[in-house]
Amino acid sequence: MTDKIVIENLSLTYSDGVESLRNISMGVRENAVTVLFGPAGGGKSTLLRCLNRLNDLTEVRTSAGRILIDGENILDPKTDVIALRRKVGMVFARPVVLPMSIRQNLTYGLELAGEKRKSRLDEAVERSLKLAAIWDEIKDRLDDPAIALSGGQQQRVCLARVLALQPEIILLDEPTSGLDPISTGKVESALQELKKEYTVILVPHSVQQAARTADYAAFFLQGELVEYDEGKSIFTTPREKRTEDYVTGRFG
Amino acid sequence: MMRRLRLNRHVTERLGFSFLTLMAVVTVVPIVAVVIYILVQGMPAISWEFLSGFPRDGMRAGGILPAIVGTFYLTIGTAVFSVPLGIAAAIYLSEYAADNALTRLIRIAIINLAGIPSVVYGLFGLGLFVLFLKFGTSILAASLTLSIMTLPVIISTAEEALRAVPQPFRTVSVSLGGTRWQGIQRIVLPQALPGILTGVILGLERAAGETAPILFTGAAFFLPRLPNSPFDATMALPYHLFVISTQVPEMPPQVQYGTALVLLVFVLGMNLIATTIRSRARARRQW
Repeated sequence: MTDKIVIENLSLTYSDGVESLRNISMGVRENAVTVLFGPAGGGKSTLLRCLNRLNDLTEVRTSAGRILIDGENILDPKTDVIALRRKVGMVFARPVVLPMSIRQNLTYGLELAGEKRKSRLDEAVERSLKLAAIWDEIKDRLDDPAIALSGGQQQRVCLARVLALQPEIILLDEPTSGLDPISTGKVESALQELKKEYTVILVPHSVQQAARTADYAAFFLQGELVEYDEGKSIFTTPREKRTEDYVTGRFG
Repeated sequence: MMRRLRLNRHVTERLGFSFLTLMAVVTVVPIVAVVIYILVQGMPAISWEFLSGFPRDGMRAGGILPAIVGTFYLTIGTAVFSVPLGIAAAIYLSEYAADNALTRLIRIAIINLAGIPSVVYGLFGLGLFVLFLKFGTSILAASLTLSIMTLPVIISTAEEALRAVPQPFRTVSVSLGGTRWQGIQRIVLPQALPGILTGVILGLERAAGETAPILFTGAAFFLPRLPNSPFDATMALPYHLFVISTQVPEMPPQVQYGTALVLLVFVLGMNLIATTIRSRARARRQW
């Protein structure tokens, strides 16, 4: 197995002076779920937002280091960020369906990219909804407003919306934080299917979720990568005292 | 002791709310009174001839068609200049502008623009459009003057409408490989459109009813024909009302009230359209 993403000495400080990432280096495996966990303010979301350059929208004071995806440094100013964001999809903490029908939500990204052929769009809708494990639930009402769906369904539509673009990497930032346990379970099992084809990076909303889903796990504390290992070892036999304290619930 | 205190509190609350209710009702009275008064006084003047004819007999009889058409032209002319400019400025301020010295300056300018008395705009329009740019006393000069006056209303309501569209829509659009403009064009603008339209109509409505800005820039005392180019001067309802109320001796009052009624219906009609758009959009809104 190869590293799809290689992060080298990445540091980042926001313009309000908050240091968010301190010299992070790690590789992310292809076709696996890599979990970034730790207490709030650790830099997990910041790291996710570096991977698709969404941080471009935020005011960043300094950043240093490199992020290589398939060997190319995406932090290079010459990077085509539009193409990058199609390749690196993102699901947010709160499901944000766009104010349009379910179908239009799913085809939005493709239409932005210039896809007009109805057959291609329809095919993408069906394929991505099946992958996100929601096709059977909503296939008869694709033209209803997406806002009419339940929170759990909305979040899976958001996941499907990302999948419709056929990305290679999927970033999920606490995608189940607002969902009930049943919906959470559906999203988690969808991830286990997705990793067969995609590189999945998840910021979980709890240590339990981290332990359930992680093939690899990285523990972040105040902008620092404390420990990075296979999921089965980090949650059972962590090497670092700080990881152990967090995993066993002594702080956080 | 405790009991009395509680009773007092309840009494105070009742008195307080009664007073507030009374005050709220009082604010409605003048509006309703004005409308009813103008309606009762003006209705007898309204006839097909009044709406479609030219003034006769030193404007004491006949119709007010040139004034109606003139106000219509001025409103359209104002829209042509102020709507694109105002919306573009609002998009810039809401979507692109960073919070820096320049944008703060622009905002201060807009606020101050809104505070300038309308007669000052009139004088400014006379200096710039009529004399310096040599547009003459014309629909064009008057529309431009009214546009400047209307801009702050359009910019600030449009900016507010744009800002009301939830931020995450923009982030999601960008994260799906869109440019910022694509997100604005496909999501933010359509969602903000009802709010923007409401602001546009309210701004134009004010322009339609103004006298001072057109006084020196485009309004004609009396014209025997309809204007047929933007460089013609024109009659207009508010100015016509001013003229027949102050400049014409032995004016039959019902003509004055009839003119006032037509202006009122024109303005309230626009208001009604704005309110309808707003409430329909609220009912349909998906966020």
